[in-house]
Amino acid sequence: MDLTILNAVVAVVIAIAFAAANAAYLVLAERRGAGRIQRRPGPNVNLFGILQPPLDGIKLMTKQLVIPGGADKALFLVAPILAMAPAITSFVTIPFSDTIVAHSMNIGVLMIFAFASLGSFAILLAGWGSRNKYSVMASVRAVSQHIAYEIPMLITVTTIVMMTGTMNLKELALSQSGGILHWHIIPSLSSPLMPVSFLIFFICSLAETNRAPFDLAEAESELVAGFHTEYGSMGFGLFFMGEYAHIVIGASLITILFLGGWGCPLGLYPGVWWFLLKVYLLIFSFIWIRWTFPRTTVYGLLNLSWKILIPISLFNLLLTAGLLKVF
Amino acid sequence: MNTTDQISSGILGILTTDGLGGFADEAAGIIFLMMLATTLIGGIIAFNARQLIHAVQGLAVCFIGVAAIYYYLNSPFLAMMQMLIYVGAVCITISFAILLAAPEEDKKQGPPSVLSGPFGIITAGMIAFAMVSLALKTEFTIMPKVNMGDMKLIGSKLLTTYSMVFELVSIVLLIAIIGSLVIGRKGRSK
Repeated sequence: MDLTILNAVVAVVIAIAFAAANAAYLVLAERRGAGRIQRRPGPNVNLFGILQPPLDGIKLMTKQLVIPGGADKALFLVAPILAMAPAITSFVTIPFSDTIVAHSMNIGVLMIFAFASLGSFAILLAGWGSRNKYSVMASVRAVSQHIAYEIPMLITVTTIVMMTGTMNLKELALSQSGGILHWHIIPSLSSPLMPVSFLIFFICSLAETNRAPFDLAEAESELVAGFHTEYGSMGFGLFFMGEYAHIVIGASLITILFLGGWGCPLGLYPGVWWFLLKVYLLIFSFIWIRWTFPRTTVYGLLNLSWKILIPISLFNLLLTAGLLKVF
Repeated sequence: MNTTDQISSGILGILTTDGLGGFADEAAGIIFLMMLATTLIGGIIAFNARQLIHAVQGLAVCFIGVAAIYYYLNSPFLAMMQMLIYVGAVCITISFAILLAAPEEDKKQGPPSVLSGPFGIITAGMIAFAMVSLALKTEFTIMPKVNMGDMKLIGSKLLTTYSMVFELVSIVLLIAIIGSLVIGRKGRSK
């Protein structure tokens, strides 16, 4: 079917709606999860707090956007948009099943990483534009963290691309079809260290989305609220939603790269729900980790990436390259 | 074909390239002009900005415009690499350096360059004249589409036909890394 303007418009609207709805309701899921883990109810009015996200949205949108005196006005206003827009754009190329994909690109993986890198740009601009020393410190932390964790992430992706010979997310998922034993998380003859790669990728996605235990950019005991200290109303809301959109993208990427995409483990009821099930289980584990692990230190965070994750992922890359030649 | 199919194909038919003929070409032209405008505006912001950080933002906008033009010209791989390397890495590194450097207010202004003032205008005029006359004299021909600009082809070309260039570029990068390490190491005890 050729791409028409109407199709394109519908695809864009669905992508925005999916991203926004997920972002809104994952906030609720996070608060409920936090409540459960900390033995308190969390938002629970109206059937598990189902009306909480829209009401929060109305509240945020009706508030005044206060621009602090001395702030860099242009950067201050651009930053929240830049946090949310690339996240939505990335949804264009994510396949939910072999038919549900807005635009299947041959370089889908690359596109997601290209747009994800704009996210750290947004944090940098927010920190600088606020003219607040805590914000600037937070954004410096966030960017050094992003740079450090993007490297093992990309090396791990390179390993998988080398094995499958494609960067198309749809073909990557299709290459794992045929049951749980074909998934990339299961060690195979040519890449025995795949579970380690999965763990590296999982840790990196936690770090790239600024989630605890790697949420040093918003360490409230030291930095007030980090890079979005000066933001109120929907400016803050966009940062918040952008974070959750990035979480959905990270979980989708893990699902496609390691967990067989929409493939079902034992050949039962194939369909898009397997994809969604895996994505939401991963998101649940993100929430779980956030509320049960303490925050690391800056040095611990950077040492983990540069001294442990990068050497291991490089070793895995070389090992896989060698074994692919042998077998 | 049942009724719903007919209706939907009727709606879609209007919007496809067949339905409106020249509309698609015009839309493509408008989109191309928008990309050019993005690139130029980014460039103008980059060299006109008073604050260094605004200049970097202009540069980022300019790079995004260039990436869009690559995409428009059927090179998605180049476009994404442009985004990943120039916007995602180069611009962020420059901004990072600015964040760590001295605040804008404390910066000392150097003496004005020789090229500022009338000399600058003359130089710019000469360069503009050269560019315009070149552009007017050149006969632009539409080149045939050689390939899809895909990654595999670029990769194999880089490692076979252009392997010499590739290796030389990597040596330059290696030297840059070593140089920055040497500079960064100065003044550290261990």
